[in-house]
Amino acid sequence: MIVVNTETIPGRRILQIKGLVQGNTVRAKHVGRDIAASLKNLIGGELTGYTELLVESRREAMARMLAQAQQLGANAVVNVRFATSSITSGAAELYCYGTAIVVDQPAQAAAATPPVPPQRPNPTNA
Amino acid sequence: MDSIFGLAFFILLILVGMIVGTGIERHHFRRLAEREARFKNFLVTNLRTIPRQFENRQAFLVIGSAVIATDYFKVFTAGLRNLFGGEVKSYVTLMERARREAILRMLEQAASQGAAIVWNVRYETTSMKGNSENKPGGVEIIAYGTALK
Repeated sequence: MIVVNTETIPGRRILQIKGLVQGNTVRAKHVGRDIAASLKNLIGGELTGYTELLVESRREAMARMLAQAQQLGANAVVNVRFATSSITSGAAELYCYGTAIVVDQPAQAAAATPPVPPQRPNPTNA
Repeated sequence: MDSIFGLAFFILLILVGMIVGTGIERHHFRRLAEREARFKNFLVTNLRTIPRQFENRQAFLVIGSAVIATDYFKVFTAGLRNLFGGEVKSYVTLMERARREAILRMLEQAASQGAAIVWNVRYETTSMKGNSENKPGGVEIIAYGTALK
């Protein structure tokens, strides 16, 4: 599965658009992490426990999105976006969405479109 | 008696926040500058379309995130600033730290997978609420983009 946040995938042609796919998680920070974080709030700096939690929930949300895409029979997701919102002081939502598409294989694309000559710099002082 | 003790404790917290927090921040900025030097030659843009010259490259998503907390002193000075208005400098540096950290982690992921170009970079920001008050306890920032190999 190819996942990008651009509208197209370089060198590939979009054969079919399957539609919007999405995944989300609402995560709560557990008490131990909250206590450590509130201590950290005195002196500032990175909240490592929360960063780990954010990474985990990001993976979870993306996995759900990719599972949806797979179910639709897509082989790529383009224009992926993330959105986060804090609901209460204890929980935050992470939401991830994109467009599931079917793209061709690179060999197919090369055969279908004529090769582009390599770009040359303009002869400015010729 | 209680109020005097409370005030002393409050001042102590502010002093600890000021001294340790400022030290940590300065150290973080130094580390950020060191790590950013490695990515000087990277091409990073927030343009949406990938130009034709990169057509035969492999594209994949790279993500970096960071959660950074304010210190007690900054919360205090920001509260003072709220009285008079104007730029809240202490939170400006907080946002800058979080953003630079997140994009560095994104670039490190790109580099570890052999890419030196990141297209269509986007940021996503959330402020986390502190435990006791309505003031932000910190910010979480996600930076993501399409790496081209």
